[in-house]
Amino acid sequence: MGREKKKYTSGAATTYISRTSAIKKLQLHIIDFRRLCILKGIYPVQPKDPKKAGRGARIPKTYFRLKDIQFLAHEPILWKFRERKSHKKKMKKALYKREIKTLQQLVKNKPTYTLDHIVKERYPTFADALRDLDDPLTLCSSFAVLRKNHKIKGELVPLCRRLIIEFMNYVIASRSLRKVFLSIKGIYFQAEIQGQQITWLTPYKLGYQVPKKLDLKIISTFTEFYTTLLGFVNFRLYHSMNILYPPKLFLSSSSTENKDGTSFCLDDEDVSERVASLALDLIKEKSTVNAEAADEEESRTKEDEELIAGANVDTEEYKKAKEEEAKLNKFKKLFENCKFFLSREVPREALTFVIRCFGGKVSWDKLLFIGATYDENDESITHQIVDRPQQAKQHLSRYYVQPQWVFDCVNAQILLPVENYFPGEELPPHLSPFVREKEGDYIPPEKVALLERLEGIKQSDLQASGSQDDEEEEDIIDDVGDDVEEFEAFDEEDLEGESQLMQAEEKRLQQMKEETEKTETGDGSVKKARKRKRKKKSLHVTPGEIIKTDEKEEARLEASQEMKLREMMIPKKKKYIYKKIRQKEQARAKRHKRLTTKREKYEEEQRMKKAEKIQE
Amino acid sequence: MASKRRSTREPSDIEEQLDFFVDAPPDDDEDDDDTSDDDVSFEDDGSGNDGSSSDEESVYSGLSELTDDDEIGDIITLKNDSESDEADESSAGEEEETESKKKITEEAEEKKLEEIETEKETQDSNDRDQRIKDVSSKKTAKKLEDKALPKKKLRNQKLLESHLNRLNEEKQETEEKDKFEEDKKEDKERTVDISSLPSSSNEKQETVDEYEYDSSDEEDIRNTVGNIPMEWYDGFDHIGYNVRGEKIIKPPTRDELDEFLSKVDNPDYWRTVFDKKNGEDIVLTDEDLDIIERIQRGKYPDATVDPYEPYVDFFTYEKMIHPLTRRPEHKRSFIPSLSEKEKVSKYVGAMKRGWMKTRQQFGKEQREKEQRDVYYNIWTNEEDTVLSKRQLSHIPAPKVRLPGHAESYNPPPEYLMTEEEKLMAKSKEEYSGRPRFIPQKYDSLRTVPFFRDFFRERFERCLDLYLCPRQRKLRTRFEAEDLLPKLPKPKDLQPFPTTLALLYVGHTSYVRSISVDPTGQWLASGSDDKTVRFWEVATGRCLRTLEVEGPVQCVAWNPNAAVSLVAFSIEDKVHIVNPKLGDKLITSGTDQLIADYKQPEEVKTSPLVEWFEAEEKKQEEGFRLCLKHFKPVRQVTWHGKGDYFSCVIPTGQNSSVIIHQLSKRRSQNPFRKSKGLVQCTSFHPTRPFFFVATQKHIRVYNLIKQEMTKKLLTSAKWISSIAIHPGGDNVIVGTYDCKLSWFDLDLSVTPYQNMRHHKQAIRSVCFHKRYPLFASASDDGHVIVFHGQVYNDLLQNPLIVPVKVLKGHSITNGLGVLCCEFHPNQPWIFSSAADGIIRLFS
Repeated sequence: MGREKKKYTSGAATTYISRTSAIKKLQLHIIDFRRLCILKGIYPVQPKDPKKAGRGARIPKTYFRLKDIQFLAHEPILWKFRERKSHKKKMKKALYKREIKTLQQLVKNKPTYTLDHIVKERYPTFADALRDLDDPLTLCSSFAVLRKNHKIKGELVPLCRRLIIEFMNYVIASRSLRKVFLSIKGIYFQAEIQGQQITWLTPYKLGYQVPKKLDLKIISTFTEFYTTLLGFVNFRLYHSMNILYPPKLFLSSSSTENKDGTSFCLDDEDVSERVASLALDLIKEKSTVNAEAADEEESRTKEDEELIAGANVDTEEYKKAKEEEAKLNKFKKLFENCKFFLSREVPREALTFVIRCFGGKVSWDKLLFIGATYDENDESITHQIVDRPQQAKQHLSRYYVQPQWVFDCVNAQILLPVENYFPGEELPPHLSPFVREKEGDYIPPEKVALLERLEGIKQSDLQASGSQDDEEEEDIIDDVGDDVEEFEAFDEEDLEGESQLMQAEEKRLQQMKEETEKTETGDGSVKKARKRKRKKKSLHVTPGEIIKTDEKEEARLEASQEMKLREMMIPKKKKYIYKKIRQKEQARAKRHKRLTTKREKYEEEQRMKKAEKIQE
Repeated sequence: MASKRRSTREPSDIEEQLDFFVDAPPDDDEDDDDTSDDDVSFEDDGSGNDGSSSDEESVYSGLSELTDDDEIGDIITLKNDSESDEADESSAGEEEETESKKKITEEAEEKKLEEIETEKETQDSNDRDQRIKDVSSKKTAKKLEDKALPKKKLRNQKLLESHLNRLNEEKQETEEKDKFEEDKKEDKERTVDISSLPSSSNEKQETVDEYEYDSSDEEDIRNTVGNIPMEWYDGFDHIGYNVRGEKIIKPPTRDELDEFLSKVDNPDYWRTVFDKKNGEDIVLTDEDLDIIERIQRGKYPDATVDPYEPYVDFFTYEKMIHPLTRRPEHKRSFIPSLSEKEKVSKYVGAMKRGWMKTRQQFGKEQREKEQRDVYYNIWTNEEDTVLSKRQLSHIPAPKVRLPGHAESYNPPPEYLMTEEEKLMAKSKEEYSGRPRFIPQKYDSLRTVPFFRDFFRERFERCLDLYLCPRQRKLRTRFEAEDLLPKLPKPKDLQPFPTTLALLYVGHTSYVRSISVDPTGQWLASGSDDKTVRFWEVATGRCLRTLEVEGPVQCVAWNPNAAVSLVAFSIEDKVHIVNPKLGDKLITSGTDQLIADYKQPEEVKTSPLVEWFEAEEKKQEEGFRLCLKHFKPVRQVTWHGKGDYFSCVIPTGQNSSVIIHQLSKRRSQNPFRKSKGLVQCTSFHPTRPFFFVATQKHIRVYNLIKQEMTKKLLTSAKWISSIAIHPGGDNVIVGTYDCKLSWFDLDLSVTPYQNMRHHKQAIRSVCFHKRYPLFASASDDGHVIVFHGQVYNDLLQNPLIVPVKVLKGHSITNGLGVLCCEFHPNQPWIFSSAADGIIRLFS
């Protein structure tokens, strides 16, 4: 017999450490500890058995991993914290002693620290950093709208703005935006960068306010780290695209403000503002980049072919992937042939960002913001985005649409018809592109319509892919000078195609309906007739009444009974989960029902209103 | 205020001096530059000035003195307000206004004034002469004359002062003092101070020895009371004392009328000022008026002052070869300072350690910092990075939920809340304390405001990230369908009873027990209404009814088809009856069998059981035998051969199970000891095993070896009934705690499967003899039929599938179905309930 092992010398009791003891161990003030945890990304963990972790104590506590805390103890920034603390004391002392010279010296020698090593340590690979980019982007974009505050360092706000603008410029250059959503919380953007979905939210600017009760210190500590991270990510992203990192603009002499020649000696601020306008392309590192890209593409296709030849790849899958890619490429060029002009009242930055992400050209009133590339009177403008019901002067050569059109087009991945989006029109509902309806979920009728339309377009693509596409491409290549005509033609074609499709679809649906009706009615009647005939032949009495049995109802009942019997046999272990799932399903069904009834009611009301109007 | 006053007084004192000496040098300003250049300026400026200027100066100096008495402020206010008046009347100014008020002139007064005026004129002329003399013959000025001059001047000053006072007093009545104005006053004070400058600069022109005459202690000594408020003499008939100590008699007081008269008659009334101190009227000269006017306009009092004189540089920029002083430098300046040395060494140390930087160094560092790339490629060699164990155990924070349609700024109409829903949401919000999201619709994008809770949400996210304990949870996504066991469809498992076929109506109380004849033609049922009824299965007709003496606990048909006997228990008796149904041969054969019994010679009589033959009367009804037990019998069970049957006497302690043999009319008590509260017993269908169910366990006894072979552990609280599979290897047990347990005797002593399908206590369970079916009847009024397939292959577990829930029985007094029994040949089931009806499901 060995000696009895002491309690709490191994296992959960030693792998976890409570927060108070962690602070004691690190000899830090709680504020510094909090900062350190935020910067280093150390978070409390929930032990499997809290009682064991607390060495028998039942009081709920927050626990950290002991390894994490030991790791924190070796952090160089910890020493900087201590230095800062003593520096603060010195400053105070000098201030009270009125030693101005010392004070000045101290101010100059304020200990500073960088967070570079922490970024590398928290995100060992670039993919990790990209995966975690949602929060940094959201926080930085919310800080970018912030005004200077005594709680926030002065340089943080412009830094945040710069970084977010740089990131947006990258997204434009790489055309990696996928989804946008105008929520009442702000505007959601979703980009796909190197296979990672990155979603961020930017606030609206109208009526901005920061609640006074909020402790902005915590948020600004987060932001401090996030700016560092975002800077490195931006650098890496820019270099992956061969763009110069502190972004520089490709200023052509065609831009309106450069006629007087001042553009060639822009000062830094001007450049940064022009970058912020998002309207101009960034300079790539080498001029041969385009050729490289082309080469790359060629080589890739060659490789693919070789692979196929080697029969290592499933051709079917390959085809599918190819199709998908083609679709994506088309999506990326959604606004390629459009030229937009933004009115003063629309959110300039968001719209410019979205339009430029899909290859469109944008400009605005040059008094509104720097970087306007063409004037309102430019005849080649195809769309003007306005948000007021009435316009003073209208050009006939362009569509006046509300900003929602742009966002809806992106989410639908096609250019939607503009009729519903004319100024003053009641807009169709704006739907979230992030919702993936499962079976049994409620799908708003607008979405159903959109899906149907998309499918119709797909089919048409398959049918008439060869001829039309080629034609279009040729058109695009030919007409560079007189854009307007080409665009109009393009649009008309599109519209016509769509309308044709719609008609075809309708016809098909009608046919289907008729067929089904026929089969239903036909079957029933034929059977009944046969029965009658038999009876008449065999019995020659007045035909008895047929007991109507609702077959469907019976089948349903039977099925439900069967289901119940099966449910009875679920083992006890799984019964709880099963019940929960069922409850969820029921709740979903309930919600579905509620929403559908609401919608029906609304539509009924609308119809009534219409009828009243007509009567009047 | 005190310090300011002091500062204003100092120069004024000097000015006073200067005033008295017309040729006083201009050393009056606080500015160091001016004081330093006395000598040179005198030499440079030689051009003289006329006497008028000096005269003006005297008046001005008087004004400067006024600043001492805090009156200047009032003057200035006066000036401010009278500006508009000035525009109207150029010469008369404001004084005329006061004049107009007192239009009634007084001639007497006028005379006096005229006298004074003439006097003054002479004085003035004297003054002027004096000045001219001074200017022309600089060194011939006599002290006496000089003394007289200041006296006159002083008088003038005083007069001016008093006049101004009066004006002020009048003004004060009409106007209010504003703080703003006070500010202006202060400004004016400053202008006054500055204005003293040019006057002095004017003096420069006259090169006079400034120390020749000192008038600092000179003052108007006609009245010696000094600078006191003259109101103190209000009550006296004098106003002070002259140099000789004689009283100066107060001038006769003038009433309003006098005043008025003088106003009307005296053309100089408006420029007349009453000197309170000396008690006389003074008529202001034109120069005085000019000065007043200038002050009121905010100009320099002296017309000759040029505030923008060209600056004359005193020192030359050329380096002089000779030092200004001839004093040799001190020795200290050659010896290095110790304290400085210490300081330097300290700085050197600081610089070495990097605490202190020169400006150049600092600037360079800053520049370097700016030039250095803040960001670089931090992920250079990603492939080489090896994740530590700590990093591998990192739990990433969950991502923020993405928004749905309801969060859109323009959501579909069905997502918007109605008023009721909003109210609900509000109440919920109050209840939970967390703000709830309420969808909103905006007509256009431009009207969408900043989200109120935006920063709060960001803040909460941050809190979640660093405060919320994380735990890795493996969550497998289940579909409800996956959880359902994969069982064959009931349709494929037919036949089994599905529909209600017949009702056997007749009993009026609980039908506690039913039993089917082994041929399947007849059904016996015992009820609490003290009857035993025999039914024809196919028709539902009640063929016979036996009235008995008590409620029937249990009915059991002899399983031997060659014998027609039914046993039923009523309290402590067990009757054995020949129902005389069906084949006559069998019934008669049965009677014969019973009659053939020969009593053995030695009969063992037991106190527990007594065997009787039924009475004659009862013989006709069919009663054949009767066994009287010592305590009430609850259950009777036949052995498969039909010779033995066992009775359960739950309260019978160690003899709670008694096995009877019909052919020998013998009874035996198999157990010596009490095994607990026996609930029911059962014989094994083929082998000599005997099952005894106590409250919680089932004991299996080998009757031949007379030992217990197995003890089945049911984990139930109270067993109600058991049934043995016709194969003999499986047992089902129904319990009062709603459980139905299937035991596979080959497998283990614990249940193979527990099924809790009933909501209430299970009353009875049974197996079908031919089909793989079993059923359970419960107090909830349901009978559940299961498909229970047992395979010959030992490796294959029995397949248990519920196939049908039979409903129909009503619940009376909390009791539902009391007994169920399968038809021996057909897939039918009989069930008897507390409502007194027996149902046949087929």
